[in-house]
Amino acid sequence: MADKKISRDEIYHIADLAYLYLDNEQAEKLASDLSEIVSYVEKLNGLSTENVEPMMHAVTMENILREDEIHASITKDDALRCAPLHDGEYFLVPKILEVD
Amino acid sequence: MSDHWWQKSALEISECVKKKEVSPVEVVESFLDRIQQVDTKVDAFTQVWSDYAVQQAKTLEKKIIKDEGEVGMLAGVPVSIKEVICTKEGFTTCASKILAGYRSPYDATVVEKLYNADAILIGKVNMDEFAMGSSTENSSIKLTRNPWNLECVPGGSSGGSAASVSAGECVISLGSDTGGSIRQPASFCGCVGLKPTYGRVSRYGLVAFASSLDQIGPFSKNAMDSAITLSVIGGKDPRDTTSVDLPLPNYAEQIKRGMDKVSIRIGLPKEYFTEDLNKEVKDIIMNAVKDLEKQGAEIVEVSLPHTEFAVATYYIICTAEASANLARFDGVRYGFRHADSKNIIEMYKRTRSEGFGPEVRRRILLGTYVLSTGYYDAYYLKAQKVRKLITQDFEKAFQKCDVILGPTSPTPAFRFGEKTQNPLEMYLSDIYTISVNLAALPGISVPCGLTQSGLPVGLQFIGKHFDEEYLLTVAHLYEMNRSQKLGTPPLI
Repeated sequence: MADKKISRDEIYHIADLAYLYLDNEQAEKLASDLSEIVSYVEKLNGLSTENVEPMMHAVTMENILREDEIHASITKDDALRCAPLHDGEYFLVPKILEVD
Repeated sequence: MSDHWWQKSALEISECVKKKEVSPVEVVESFLDRIQQVDTKVDAFTQVWSDYAVQQAKTLEKKIIKDEGEVGMLAGVPVSIKEVICTKEGFTTCASKILAGYRSPYDATVVEKLYNADAILIGKVNMDEFAMGSSTENSSIKLTRNPWNLECVPGGSSGGSAASVSAGECVISLGSDTGGSIRQPASFCGCVGLKPTYGRVSRYGLVAFASSLDQIGPFSKNAMDSAITLSVIGGKDPRDTTSVDLPLPNYAEQIKRGMDKVSIRIGLPKEYFTEDLNKEVKDIIMNAVKDLEKQGAEIVEVSLPHTEFAVATYYIICTAEASANLARFDGVRYGFRHADSKNIIEMYKRTRSEGFGPEVRRRILLGTYVLSTGYYDAYYLKAQKVRKLITQDFEKAFQKCDVILGPTSPTPAFRFGEKTQNPLEMYLSDIYTISVNLAALPGISVPCGLTQSGLPVGLQFIGKHFDEEYLLTVAHLYEMNRSQKLGTPPLI
């Protein structure tokens, strides 16, 4: 097989950015899938887009302003109820700061 | 009579319910029976809300008997909801392990609107995980089968929605469409699927995949039911700033009014009728064009020269947006969390790696790649520019015609496993639907015939921005003059 567009090391780097673990087999398969897809999408490079404004919004809109009023929303209890772990006040997560 | 409710349209059912010719409880129970009969084969439903559906019907019955207030446009009509749309009732899983068991604390705006219109929510239906896929094979829950041929996929990502309507298990379903996820399964399953203009329907409570492309829309037996449903679910919503503040017509009334005086110039894009299009599908589509010509439609050739770049553009934009949107699934606030992690980073990584399926991981990685340092301009910005060119193609085409007609999908439904090995091949099956999302236009898939092997074929009408009124009128006119007969799937 020819050199892949995206190497397995690059896949590991992107996976790290996206907070995903990959095993060797997954990384290998993804390197080949993504290489194929990226080679395909690079057909856009053959198209001149000089002086074309990028389309940043699907439908043109103005800034939308509103009064800063308090409206009913979901309650704290409802929001916490969805969480895997909470103490009734806060979401609980594993340790954030490592102490060596 | 009662065992045939599943063959009736939403309009017929709501009329009978309003006139007290039938109790909504009887209607709902007949659909629950139908689900029991056929869903063992089709597997469209992920949750059937039997008791809750009957309870809704009883409440509606009381309201009708006591003449308490106006009865809604979808009175007594059983509706299924795609797993990606938030409902307080039941679960909202996006067919993903990462949201298994998730109960939304709120209803999506479209769901609130269905309740207000007296529709009966009967359950939720299967989909590709996070709406990423074209066959519903990416569901973490189960496989859904095409009611016309149980060996074939129902299409996707809203495969459960299409299959549930086509199999007569409900009358309307709500799905979502990011690159064809309503229109393609509608085409594969032989029902009508409408993707409204971006901004027509509130996305509040739709779990986001690609926010600049996602739009909720209905599945139905015919364009009239689609029109009624759009009038129910559409409109400005302060909770979705991208929903647009334009008058929302009573589309069904407008169709009836517009029928006599409608003059049609139909544009056939030459790029949609190349050798990539299956010959049998092409013949069936051209047959439909003839039906419309007989009604006085003028046929003109138009060109959408950037069509060949649409899939590439789409897969950059949608994966970039998806990688950002799906960052929220980290095991902290909702859904699945991997237990026993030493620290928070490990918890994030383990949760996401175990929670997301292969296609979702693939798209998150592709999106992360195209947005990463050094690549943003080359991929994402470039794609945004080509998106502009694709949009301009349509603007030019609409100077020569009022509506564009083409196939919805290059092939009829394919078999399980046929495209799962090669993601790119699966992506290319969305070639005719993707441009419509990129250009934010409304599109509707309408059944127009069956292949020799008995699989449905859909044609796609594409309309101008926010002109669903005209789009639905043309679709209805076609249905009234369709020479091909479709029938119903051979399920029992």
